Amino acid sequence: MSVDVTARPAALDDSARHPVTPRQRPSAGAVARRVWASAWPKLLAVGLVIGLWQLVYLSGWRPEYVLPAPGTVFVALADMVTTERFWQAVATTLQRAVLGYGAALLIGTALGVAVSRIKPLRMAVGSLITGMQTMPSIAWFPFAILLFGISEQAITFVVILGAAPSIANGIIAGIDHVPPQLVRAGRMMGATGFTLYRLVILPAALPSYVAGLNQGWAFAWRSLMAGELLVLIIGASSLGANLEFARQLSQADRMLATMIVILVVGMIADGIFSAISRRLRRSRGLAIDD
Amino acid sequence: MTAVLEAAAPRALPGGAAVRLTGVTKVFASGPRQVTALESVDLTVHPGEFLTVVGASGCGKSTMLNVIAGLERPTAGRVEVAGRVAFMFQDATLFPWLTARQNVEVALRLRGLPRRLRRARAEELLDVVRLGPAQDKRPHELSGGMRQRVALARVLAQDASVVLMDEPLGALDAMTRDHMHGELERVWSELGLTVLFVTHNMREAVRLGDRVVLMASSPGRVKLEQAVDLPRPRVIDSAEVAMLAGSLTDELRAEVAAHVR
Repeated sequence: MSVDVTARPAALDDSARHPVTPRQRPSAGAVARRVWASAWPKLLAVGLVIGLWQLVYLSGWRPEYVLPAPGTVFVALADMVTTERFWQAVATTLQRAVLGYGAALLIGTALGVAVSRIKPLRMAVGSLITGMQTMPSIAWFPFAILLFGISEQAITFVVILGAAPSIANGIIAGIDHVPPQLVRAGRMMGATGFTLYRLVILPAALPSYVAGLNQGWAFAWRSLMAGELLVLIIGASSLGANLEFARQLSQADRMLATMIVILVVGMIADGIFSAISRRLRRSRGLAIDD
Repeated sequence: MTAVLEAAAPRALPGGAAVRLTGVTKVFASGPRQVTALESVDLTVHPGEFLTVVGASGCGKSTMLNVIAGLERPTAGRVEVAGRVAFMFQDATLFPWLTARQNVEVALRLRGLPRRLRRARAEELLDVVRLGPAQDKRPHELSGGMRQRVALARVLAQDASVVLMDEPLGALDAMTRDHMHGELERVWSELGLTVLFVTHNMREAVRLGDRVVLMASSPGRVKLEQAVDLPRPRVIDSAEVAMLAGSLTDELRAEVAAHVR
């Protein structure tokens, strides 16, 4: 028998109804058009904000040493990024972020899997984890400073407390919402226990887990900035510390330039998570296409 | 067609059956809210037989399949199955994060096939259900009929001797379903499978079954067994299929009327 299925009429196998993204590489022009199409609204928004800022500056509402013009700030930013001190500060901050977030990732994931598997544990701490998410992490700092002193540990402690509950919640929600028929199908094929988790439940929970990771990152970044403002460790320059020093020295331009850096770092990380999440959802046919 | 799956002689229980239910009763809950889904059901499926089961919704058809599959334990009675059981659901229940081929590979992996053999084997099975060209697509890129083909390939990958099908074509449009009937029949006869196929579509039951079992509801029990002696391949719109389906539907109608108050 050699019937060509691909040649079947559309009424029988309506694969045409679900167009598949073409696999061939798009041309450079097409790429440029796509980048431009997604970039211009953002550029316009940035332009509007800068324009508004310039207007407020020109109105003379606040003196220049408090609210400098955008141009002054961008010059300060350009100067700043050429100094070694700045990159040291960035390195310190990112190192703390990676350490704290990495620890939160391990703890949150382990906690999430444990809570979703063990019923008494869920009853005991399930709502507590959700509650923890609503607690502003900055409120932990006085306690963290008492426990660990003015130290790296105090900052890491609060970053973990900020991020881990979101990560745990993401995986718990993901596991809770695995379609039961997929679990049934897995069981019928002979998957049990850990194998069922590895082959069915965890992959099915992945999109929700990634959403939790994204939210966890946002909380980690906020906690870290709060920590760097509050816990000033002598000799360690960081983005948060630079912000505080610039304020104390009345260097408004440097302060705003640092704020821009903090915003950009946060946005880059968020962009990475969003891209992973979009890819995951698209590959499963869940994405609302652009 | 090359013999991808050698049509092994279907496995049988002592006494010659592939599946045997003896006095199977299934009661859910207890007390005043107790529901008897199955009441002393006796049923024998012969090796290599295509048995279709028809009944009104809620007659315990699905419960019966679940009991045979071992997903639920009968309250009383005995369930015997020769060899492994595979299940095909109404929803294809493919894993959306895997391609068609990888979905089949999961079944092969769970059966213990070494990694290096899985890919080629999955490709062979997808060729059996004539889905080779679409093996790298993900479930959402496939039509309903193609998804059920993958589900069928996955069933074959489990190397089961008995295949339970719970309205597997119920969600398809009439044209696709008609086409899938032919495919199902072809794979079944080529591979010598034993199939227990549940549906609420009488013509479908007559179109496919060597034997049709009518089930009565509340409590679920076997009301009638009817051999279908029409030659294959049958045409679902033919007068013979329609006539037999009509007379069986009359039986079922009387049954339903007795229960709708």
